[in-house]
Amino acid sequence: MENITANKVLDTSGLNCPLPVLKTKKALEDMQSGEILEVIATDPGSKADIPAFCQRTGNELVKMVEEGDRILFYIKKK
Amino acid sequence: MSKERLAIIASKGTLDMSYPPLIIGSTAASLGVDTAIFFTFYGLNIVHKEKMHNLKLAPLGNPAMPMSFPPSVEKSFPPVKIIESIFPGPPQIMGIIPGMTDFMTSMMKKTMKEKGVASIPELIELCKEAGVKLIPCQMTMEVFGYKYEDLIDGLEPPGGAATLIDYVTQAEKPMMLFI
Repeated sequence: MENITANKVLDTSGLNCPLPVLKTKKALEDMQSGEILEVIATDPGSKADIPAFCQRTGNELVKMVEEGDRILFYIKKK
Repeated sequence: MSKERLAIIASKGTLDMSYPPLIIGSTAASLGVDTAIFFTFYGLNIVHKEKMHNLKLAPLGNPAMPMSFPPSVEKSFPPVKIIESIFPGPPQIMGIIPGMTDFMTSMMKKTMKEKGVASIPELIELCKEAGVKLIPCQMTMEVFGYKYEDLIDGLEPPGGAATLIDYVTQAEKPMMLFI
């Protein structure tokens, strides 16, 4: 659990609602089931929105970490 | 039969009121909800080829508008911070000064861009990519004299109230939103 290796990284730094969610959705489309997507966000709203997106779409939010102004999400594709 | 359908009625044609239908619509579609946006009355301007680039923000009659400048302006010209601290919002009388609407509009566009919010044309593209059905109102087209060719590409055929109600009630969980 400590070290999660992401298959793909999506940086949404500086982007605001609804772009982080829309870009996450798009990034997941090109991935295989079980692969991990790392999403980097600076939008504080994404702390609620990305988990809500995962809940709705059935993709698993493996981990969420806050690093200063950045929030890192690790999402396992359904 | 679709499980969930959301129909959003976009009825306003000011810059500020053009964001909510597009943001909620594109997000709903990304979350797996079948979504349609019905552009009616002034909201039809959001999908008009030329007018979509000239949507404006009116300071007059909008008491909630804050007095705020884009971050880059605050940085390059600090005295605006004093103005921001004195006035809770632009005095209503300023709204009648010629050019003020254009000025406010450009300030809002700049702020949105600097805060990482997508522009209206970008949001329309995101809606299309997410599979949102964009329906222009037939009656409004007649009233405003807009032809189908005057509107942007990728729209559904023009429809009326019945088209929208039929679309949304075909789902197990129909949802409607008037903006």
